[in-house]
Amino acid sequence: MLTVTGVFRSAGARQILDDVTCRVPAGSLVGLLGPNGCGKTTLLRVIARLTTPDAGRVTVGGDDVATLSRATLARRAALLAQHADTDLDLTAIEVVLLGRTPHRRSRWSDSAADRAAADDALARVDLDGYADRRWHTLSGGERQRVQLARALAQQPRLLLLDEPTNHLDIGHQLHLLHLVRRAGITTLAALHDLNLAAMFCDTVVVLAAGRVVAAGAPAEVLTPQLLADVYGVHADVVPHPATGSPTITYHPPAS
Amino acid sequence: MAAAAEDLRRRLNTGTLLVLLLAALVGSIGAAVTVGPADISVSTVWAVVADRLRLGDADVPLLREHIVWRLRLPRVFGAAAVGGGLAAVGAVMQTLTRNSLADPYLLGVSSGASLGAVAVLVVGLGSGVAALTGGAFAGALAAFAVVVTVSGRRAVLAPTKVVLAGVAVAQLCAAATSFVIIWVADPHATQSITFWLSGSLARVDWAALAWAAPVLAAVLVLLAVHARTLNAFAFGEDAAATLGVPVTRVRWLLLVATALLTAALVAVSGAVGFVGLILPHAVRFLTGADHRRLLPAVVIAGAIFLVWVDTAARTLFAPRELPVGVLTALLGVPAFVMLLRRREVGR
Repeated sequence: MLTVTGVFRSAGARQILDDVTCRVPAGSLVGLLGPNGCGKTTLLRVIARLTTPDAGRVTVGGDDVATLSRATLARRAALLAQHADTDLDLTAIEVVLLGRTPHRRSRWSDSAADRAAADDALARVDLDGYADRRWHTLSGGERQRVQLARALAQQPRLLLLDEPTNHLDIGHQLHLLHLVRRAGITTLAALHDLNLAAMFCDTVVVLAAGRVVAAGAPAEVLTPQLLADVYGVHADVVPHPATGSPTITYHPPAS
Repeated sequence: MAAAAEDLRRRLNTGTLLVLLLAALVGSIGAAVTVGPADISVSTVWAVVADRLRLGDADVPLLREHIVWRLRLPRVFGAAAVGGGLAAVGAVMQTLTRNSLADPYLLGVSSGASLGAVAVLVVGLGSGVAALTGGAFAGALAAFAVVVTVSGRRAVLAPTKVVLAGVAVAQLCAAATSFVIIWVADPHATQSITFWLSGSLARVDWAALAWAAPVLAAVLVLLAVHARTLNAFAFGEDAAATLGVPVTRVRWLLLVATALLTAALVAVSGAVGFVGLILPHAVRFLTGADHRRLLPAVVIAGAIFLVWVDTAARTLFAPRELPVGVLTALLGVPAFVMLLRRREVGR
């Protein structure tokens, strides 16, 4: 579904992405992991064509993104950013309807199909009845769910998530990723929390200093050795008592 | 208050709101033409218009016909055009720069216009309305071109750079204008600069309107076509890009179009402040932030607003006349302060 091949990107003398190659198979949820500044956000921006790579190729659904029009790309891939905010006084349904922008036929009115897609998207993030709620009255968790509904209303084949749970409490973090999983769309998600990644992702890709240092099933990749190499932390990895997914417990730094 | 606005918003559908506003605009124009030192009735106005459009053959005294056709009608239509145009430009600039304090003069256009008009006077190209309007228009466009050049190629990525360049160019033009005024020490030029800086509709005639009207019509159509696209800018330019909007192209197209319209309006009336800043916020209370409702409503509301403010400006202290920009500032500053306070409360 998504392939990234030999992508380079530098800023000044610093190499932000250094020969990144990875793929996201159709239907899977892939976690993009790595410490701050390792290039996760830049990689997502390159995939969404917000940043131009110095070299390399990104294909979504078989087509090089550089050859697609913005509107075509927006119908294939939707991005959910870390933190979206606006000064404008919008209602939840108006925000969700923004997701119909790349599908619109008319320059002026919303079609019945647009309305139906927006209503359906709100239901899929468990926000039925929130259509007329104003953006400013929503909690952080609700805002991210409205943004997820906006992304779903784009009816994309690929969902790109840039640390979407960063500002949320643990209940909302679990709920949001559960909704993403339930939506059943091929997803590449940059995540900070390794336990959440291990719980929800089919595979994970680990970036360090712009290079892919490991990729595979969470149980194979998230080893104490890798955590020490990449994050510089000591940790134990044990199977989750209920699900069996790897669960990481950290040790305090040796003083 | 917010809840009341919301309630009102839900009850007024877009069509009803626009019909109401349009009726109010027609009524305001009709009423404003009859207000003034010479007592003129609605039927006189109608007779003059019918006569001019060769729809009837009225017997109106020449002086009254002159007052209606030469003085009041162009002035009232000028107020409507300037008010509606500035309000629309303000709404679009606020969206494009994601800055709710943006206004039509942000890009140095008004200072460029005054420099252009003063330069025309000083160089001696003429002092008629056509020469001054042309000079103001050229000055405004030149200032905008400098803003674009100064902000450079990278400005494609950073709208804040364009705004900062606008501020710098505005200061430069103001300094150059002051220098010219002092250097020439011509009372004519001094009078002119006051006019361009504070804004006044006293000079509007049909010739000036004939300049501005086509620009106004064309730009308003362009904005209407982009209303839905502008909605996509609500969460910023990157968000708009991932929604399929060709952000760079749309931004430049709309910035150039609104600069052009501002230049045409400044050439008619000088820099009338606060209309473009305050009206969009007031109208959003009624329409919400969706540009498909906001843009048509804000144009009509801006027109109504300036028609009445200008009527007040020419009659409140008759026979003396206030520059209309003085009155819009008197009304605009308290509204601006309220806006700032509301933003603080909203945080």
